[in-house]
Amino acid sequence: MYQYIVKRVLLMVPTLLGAAVFVFFLLRFIPGDICELRMVGEGGYVDESALATCRAGIGIDKSIFLQFVDFMWGFVIFDLGTSMWTGQPIGYEIGLRFELSLQVAIMATVASVLIAIPLGTLSAVKQDTWIDYVVRGFSIAGIAMPSFWLGILIILFLLIGTQAFLGEAWMPPIVYVPIWEDPGYNLSMLIWPALATGYRYSAVATRMTRSALLEVLREDYVRTARAKGLLEKIIINRHALKNSLLPVVTVVGIEFAFLMGGLVVTEQVFNLNGLGKLFVESVLNTDYTLTQALVMVVVAVFVLVNFLVDLLYAWLDPRIRYS
Amino acid sequence: MAAPDIQIDSRLEDLAERPPLGVIAADLVRRQPLGAAGLFIVLVMIFMAVFADFLTSYDPELNAFEDMHIAPGAEHYLGTDQFGRDILSRIIYGAQTALIIGFVAAFIGATLGLVLGVSSAYFGGRFDLIFQRVMDVFMAFPLIILALALVAIFGQKVENDVLLVIIAITIPFVPNCARVVRSSALAIREMPYIDAARALGYSHARIILCHMVPNVMAPYLIMVTAFVGQAILLEASLSYLGLGVQEPTAAWGLMLQGGAEEYAESAPWIAVFPGLAITFAVFGFNLFGDALRDVLDPKLRRR
Repeated sequence: MYQYIVKRVLLMVPTLLGAAVFVFFLLRFIPGDICELRMVGEGGYVDESALATCRAGIGIDKSIFLQFVDFMWGFVIFDLGTSMWTGQPIGYEIGLRFELSLQVAIMATVASVLIAIPLGTLSAVKQDTWIDYVVRGFSIAGIAMPSFWLGILIILFLLIGTQAFLGEAWMPPIVYVPIWEDPGYNLSMLIWPALATGYRYSAVATRMTRSALLEVLREDYVRTARAKGLLEKIIINRHALKNSLLPVVTVVGIEFAFLMGGLVVTEQVFNLNGLGKLFVESVLNTDYTLTQALVMVVVAVFVLVNFLVDLLYAWLDPRIRYS
Repeated sequence: MAAPDIQIDSRLEDLAERPPLGVIAADLVRRQPLGAAGLFIVLVMIFMAVFADFLTSYDPELNAFEDMHIAPGAEHYLGTDQFGRDILSRIIYGAQTALIIGFVAAFIGATLGLVLGVSSAYFGGRFDLIFQRVMDVFMAFPLIILALALVAIFGQKVENDVLLVIIAITIPFVPNCARVVRSSALAIREMPYIDAARALGYSHARIILCHMVPNVMAPYLIMVTAFVGQAILLEASLSYLGLGVQEPTAAWGLMLQGGAEEYAESAPWIAVFPGLAITFAVFGFNLFGDALRDVLDPKLRRR
């Protein structure tokens, strides 16, 4: 097991390195440079010396090779450089927003599990009845429905619903407050995006729960449990569900990693100042340094979560021993 | 000598005679009801896209400010948007945008993946190993993040917005398809007929293209249909973010961006119908793809 962990950690290095090389060099293919773009945008006259200072300031006057060395060294010492657009350190920009995105991601995962496991179980227990079909339809719709549209619909219903019942339209708050400072306010803001993304991500987990449970229900020990007259409720909860959750854990874990990407669109809908929004802005502003740093953060989270899921998997199922 | 030939020919014709289309359709509905429903949605979409000019009398791109925010009714079946454009006609023309981007991106992405995946399996050894690692790197990017990064990279170089979206969506598909195809091709590589082809001294390209590629068509076709749905969804997301198809082109994601929230109270239909169109389209392609998977390759059956 110990050896396996070391091996997995070492295998993460080439993936991350490859991603860094890819991101760095592809972003350098963008024609024109940011200093020119910015100054022309600010109004007409472009001063050569100002351009040069600007280039030196963000380090794009050096050769590509030196820039790459700087970039890689930045990862080693956790200094991601400064944003080409705002001029703030990237670590600071990300730090401001990381908490919000992480909270939405966690809440969305919880929401998706809370939707998926009961529905998947129901669907498996009532296999081939109308309940099963409704649940399956519900989960297929989740995959087809864009989460940003679901977000828009939620806002729409909130506005129209509060207008009709409370007399005045209510919108979720926009300014982020950490959950430990004002839980009610925080939740009233973040629960909606979490639901919108959670529903989408529950779809795969629901299908997984259903098919895993169906498989387990055909096992001999379930038949034994039935034969000795156990209540069906106990058979499902104690015997079957526990053993069928293993693949579900994997799916949920992998989805958590994907959530970081899914948030890009949802944050835009709910106007949340998170990592996803920062990413879209950095792309719109052609802010190389910020874009590449954010891509690397997402990839690192992704790789790390996948690794943790593998470990969790081994820990949950004693039959699996990586060696 | 001529007589037997004619007999064989006529017999062959009897065999080749297909059952009428209605019978095939009925058979499909009976065996794969969901797949048939998916196929129906897909066909409706294609019909909308092809005959867009005849289906609506409103120009999807022409602003008409005197007709802003008209509720759905007899004049405009799905209402008008904040620029006075007919929403139904924008949805119909939006099907063109979605299908062009969806099919082109899915087809090119999957085909590149097919050739790369089969080559990787065929050559094996160090080439395969390096290729695998490169694919690993690509797989570590969530789809939309990679697409957005590609928009950032090519955004200033590629003037045409539709082309830019196609590039941004196609590239992330390549490793996905290459992986699946490679695992099927690994088994085929060991087949005696590949040995035979090598012994006959055929070129690598000929063996890969003529002997291996036709045998991994099942996973390839499955990937193509799955990709079309994903591509439509991705295009909608990119356009919604303002980084995809640009105004005034009719695209579903763009229609939602227009004024979904601002006009939520005064004209909610602006936010509802384009989203329904996206959902139905993706739903149709997913159902059709699932059915195709069941028919072509029962082993790949997902969860």
